Amino acid sequence: MASVVFTPNLERHLSCPTAEVAAGSVRHVLREVFAKNPRLRGYLLDDQGELRKHVVAFVDGRQLSSKDGLETTLGSDSELYVMQALSGG
Amino acid sequence: MSPTTHLDVATRKGLFLLQRAADGNWRIDGTAFLAESVTMVLRDGRDGLLYAALRHGHFGVKFQRSSDGGAHWEECATPLYPDKPEESDETTPWSLDQIWALEAGGVDQPGRLWAGTLPGGLFRSDDRGDSWHLVRSLWDRPERANWFGGGYDHPGIHSICVDPRDSDRVLVAVSCGGVWQTEDGGDNWRLTSEGMFAEYMPPERRHDPTIQDPHRVVRCAGDPDHLWASHHNGVFRSTDGGNSWSEVPNVAPSVFGFATAVAPNDPATAWFVPAVKDEHRIPVAGQVVVARTGDGGESFEVLRAGLPQEHGYDLVFRHALDVASDGEELVMGSTTGNLWSSQDRGESWQAISHHLPPIYAARFS
Repeated sequence: MASVVFTPNLERHLSCPTAEVAAGSVRHVLREVFAKNPRLRGYLLDDQGELRKHVVAFVDGRQLSSKDGLETTLGSDSELYVMQALSGG
Repeated sequence: MSPTTHLDVATRKGLFLLQRAADGNWRIDGTAFLAESVTMVLRDGRDGLLYAALRHGHFGVKFQRSSDGGAHWEECATPLYPDKPEESDETTPWSLDQIWALEAGGVDQPGRLWAGTLPGGLFRSDDRGDSWHLVRSLWDRPERANWFGGGYDHPGIHSICVDPRDSDRVLVAVSCGGVWQTEDGGDNWRLTSEGMFAEYMPPERRHDPTIQDPHRVVRCAGDPDHLWASHHNGVFRSTDGGNSWSEVPNVAPSVFGFATAVAPNDPATAWFVPAVKDEHRIPVAGQVVVARTGDGGESFEVLRAGLPQEHGYDLVFRHALDVASDGEELVMGSTTGNLWSSQDRGESWQAISHHLPPIYAARFS
């Protein structure tokens, strides 16, 4: 199972504990998380389903590119960190 | 006419809820969303609900509702743009950037809300914000291809005027996309920018109704065919329900500004907060003043008592000037965090606070 860890800053707005989900693309993994936590989707993705401009994500320590980053594949022991960017505050 | 009892102030760093104290002065009675950007607030006179539009820097726009005057809040639905067609080549993103205008529908439409947004979509809710629908009849108009950003990167709807005589008649104003009206609750729209012009555009486009930049449009509550507009080119007025507009050139000390208010009981009385035009956007000569006409724009008085007259750099955004239902009391909030009220139609101003965050909107109710 892959781990999905969210910035604690999100806890100001809604609960989003670390999730364990089956491996797959980042888009797929996030979709699984959103199925159990629907409000979270709008905090991380824009209306077109892409990562918000000022949200960044890392897979096993590597930052996702803004282009096609959601198609990055997670392994069964991968960790996905979803953070707020330092920009956008 | 019910007395004004609330003053709600939306700022870059939170929502401030004021009530009139026993001595008649306004006091901050509550706060909400401190440190968050609150772009708009609405206290709905039909049912008492309080709404706040948030714009998180990282996590997007959120819409909040309170049924107890702001003590407790619940997040309700956020307007959501539909999927952008793959074949679309427009540069405007189909993604909500900001709720820029928020108005209640008519008294005969309980629960109806209108939200004007960046990047240019008008949304309607008929269930107090539990769900929203993009008004496709306006969004899909081919003229939208001519719209462009004014101040922001993309177009936006900042003014929504519901006709108190007929709730299905709604006027909206777009920066930069002109003035639009519906007479059937939003099924069909007419472009009604006739008379507005933009000297800063190439000659062949100056009178193009689809690119006009009304900064703010307000309707006289007691005489709804009378409307006033601050436009990027100057002030305009309509006396025929917004169907045509005529220039009001005499505003002193300048015709450029954003904040606009019209007396609810006198369509010939209106207030503006002039600034140096275009990219400057600071008070003329560092003096914060209010321009008032009482004769339909033929002449203006420059009102300055109680306002900074030396090195004052307050800009008053388009939603940060309001007039109470009595037509006597005004409130004005600035980018510098000053909040002033006037009890005498703007003749003199008293500070409520000098140190709020930058003020986006100030509304009486």
